Amino acid sequence: MSGDKTGDKILGVDRLTMRFGGIVAVQDLSFAAERKKITALIGPNGAGKTTVFNCITGFYKPTGGAIRLTHDDGRVIALERLNDFRIAKQAKVARTFQNIRLFPGMTALENLMVAQHNALMRASGFTLLGLVGAPVYRDAEKRAIDLATEWLRRVNLLDRADDAAGNFAYGDQRRLEIARAMCTEPALLCLDEPAAGLNARESAALSELLLSIRDELGTSILLIEHDMSVVMEISDHIVVMDHGVKIAEGTPREVRDDPKVIAAYLGADEEEAVAVMESGT
Amino acid sequence: MTAPSTNTAKPATGLASLLKTALINALVALVLFSLMVGIRTEAGSDGQLTYWTRFGELASLVAVVFGGSIVIELLRQWIGPTGAERLVPPAVQSGMSLIGRYLTPALLIFTVLVPVIFYDQRYILDLAILVLTYVMLGWGLNVVVGLAGLLDLGYVAFYAVGAYSYGLLATNFGWSFWICLPLAGILAAFWGVLLGFPVLRLRGDYLAIVTLAFGEIIRLVIINWQSLTGGPNGVSGIPRPSFFGIPLDNSDDGFAARLGIEYSPTHRIVFLFYLILALALLTNWVTIRLRRLPIGRAWEALREDEVACRALGINTTTTKLTAFATGAMFGGFAGAFFATRQGFISPESFTFQESALVLAIVVLGGMGSQLGVALAALAMIGGFELFRGLETYRMLVFGMAMVLIMIWRPRGLIGHRAPTVYLTKAQAISSDLVKEGHG
Ligand SMILES: Nc1ncnc2c1ncn2[C@@H]1O[C@H](COP(=O)(O)OP(=O)(O)O)[C@@H](O)[C@H]1O
Ligand SMILES: [Mg+2]
Repeated sequence: MSGDKTGDKILGVDRLTMRFGGIVAVQDLSFAAERKKITALIGPNGAGKTTVFNCITGFYKPTGGAIRLTHDDGRVIALERLNDFRIAKQAKVARTFQNIRLFPGMTALENLMVAQHNALMRASGFTLLGLVGAPVYRDAEKRAIDLATEWLRRVNLLDRADDAAGNFAYGDQRRLEIARAMCTEPALLCLDEPAAGLNARESAALSELLLSIRDELGTSILLIEHDMSVVMEISDHIVVMDHGVKIAEGTPREVRDDPKVIAAYLGADEEEAVAVMESGT
Repeated sequence: MTAPSTNTAKPATGLASLLKTALINALVALVLFSLMVGIRTEAGSDGQLTYWTRFGELASLVAVVFGGSIVIELLRQWIGPTGAERLVPPAVQSGMSLIGRYLTPALLIFTVLVPVIFYDQRYILDLAILVLTYVMLGWGLNVVVGLAGLLDLGYVAFYAVGAYSYGLLATNFGWSFWICLPLAGILAAFWGVLLGFPVLRLRGDYLAIVTLAFGEIIRLVIINWQSLTGGPNGVSGIPRPSFFGIPLDNSDDGFAARLGIEYSPTHRIVFLFYLILALALLTNWVTIRLRRLPIGRAWEALREDEVACRALGINTTTTKLTAFATGAMFGGFAGAFFATRQGFISPESFTFQESALVLAIVVLGGMGSQLGVALAALAMIGGFELFRGLETYRMLVFGMAMVLIMIWRPRGLIGHRAPTVYLTKAQAISSDLVKEGHG
């Protein structure tokens, strides 16, 4: 586990391969995500983007390859060896889902409180201190509510804090899910198609939110997105996948002008757009 | 999965669909009953097989199913939750929570006064103790099923572990009830964790089957481990509870003698009543507090979406185990109480029927609702007694009453969830949004 701290990259994916039986969803994929930058992972449907996310966040165990996360303090964590909840808890990688996964029967505030579970668990003395109502826990809970309130304000949902998440409009649910992921105070935030199903105005607000997360909080972001207006506007670096392999990477400008990308992805733009629209309703 | 959950559409209400459903049900009944009822076989006098047909009964049964399907469907449309009600949940909810606000203290005051009001009516006191025992069991199981969303069909196992823990410790070592009570809880919680481990990866139906089997295993172990448990003969001579060391009998240093009042066997009944009331309220208090702690929120989050929980860094394994252990512990307490009340326990008291009854209380009450569970226990146990006069038809009438209630309120008596924390105002959440868990 020797540290390969070249440059200032937070995430290094090295020859990642993921097979499902005969299907090779991701093959020998290598890329890096820089600290405090927005890295976008794009490609047509079925390219293997969500699979890469699932490998990074521990929902799949990669067939081969290495995924290294380097924290601010230089600690290097081999993500492919940790499993599911430990990646969020110890490696501080948070994610959202392509199909929103909120807790629909809980309020927006409760959703954000659940996100702070580990910190609150410790503060509640693993429930014992909390059960007797110790002041330590009450202070911690107050701080947790403050953090949640702050995030509700940031995503413009403060007035709906006490509404059930299942009652929210689609765009609001997407923003709430991002707020929930941010309440885990992650080092790396992975967003799977956050703009899917949003209208133009909501997409623009989303771009602004992601930029503020990067610039004001210094959180690194890994982003899967089909909405090219969002991707091209906010990404610092773009990795393009097709059929499980990387076909190009570079700045938005470089990628946009790459003939391979145009052939594989932008060529299919219309169909893509239709597919995305349909999956979003 | 992509769109936010919307209100489910009302089922088709046309006459054609009504008849179709009834016809299908009748057909199923025909297939089932033609073998079960239509043809009877018996060993004749010389051992040969004799059989005869009962097509008349068969026809009437199928007709009953056909007619019954239509009646139930009509009732569902008539008294069931209508689209209008779903569209205006805030008003309905606030009404419900208003009732809830006054119902709870009123019920509590009434319960505390029951021994005063019914002091001379032993039957009512015994029934009240029974109801409270089931309230406590319901609240205990509610942690597992209602909050964590894990379907547990073997809850009676923990009740049995608690009862036998107290029974055996008290008869073999002479330990007092107050020492054995926490031990019974701890032992039951321990078995809860043991059960939890193998079933962690199971969901839904599979979880239900394994927990059901676990309940049976515990019962079979109790029956067959004769040297320890006395097998089918059970454990007898279990000490009655004492008032913190003072026996509740008519001896010279008994409770009555010390107080200088005349001895009455009702003293013990009243004491048992307040004992189970205290235990039940403890269960309720702990559960309400746990719900507002991170562990309780994690239980509910687990019921809502397990994958999202893992993505947020929640250890779902330990979260499930704590739910099992907590529920089991309360079951163990209730078991110890049962043993001291009865003075005698045997495996017959811990059959699957008990698990089913407690689960029915939780489901009928509205999964996760403390008040709902208490009302459901009252309705199930008290209601069952109410129909005693009907004798043979008791089960039938009782079953029909339950079906009607579930048509009227498919999500249980209390069909909304109260948030555990709020910024400005605690709004009840319609149970249409709340998930039931997947196992
Ligand atoms: N759990 C799985 N089992 C089998 N095949 C899968 C699984 N997950 C993804 N795949 C396959 O991997 C390929 C890539 O899927 P995915 O990563 O979802 O693509 P994208 O997110 O880029 O649209 C698809 O062919 C998909 O069918
Ligand atoms: Mg995808």
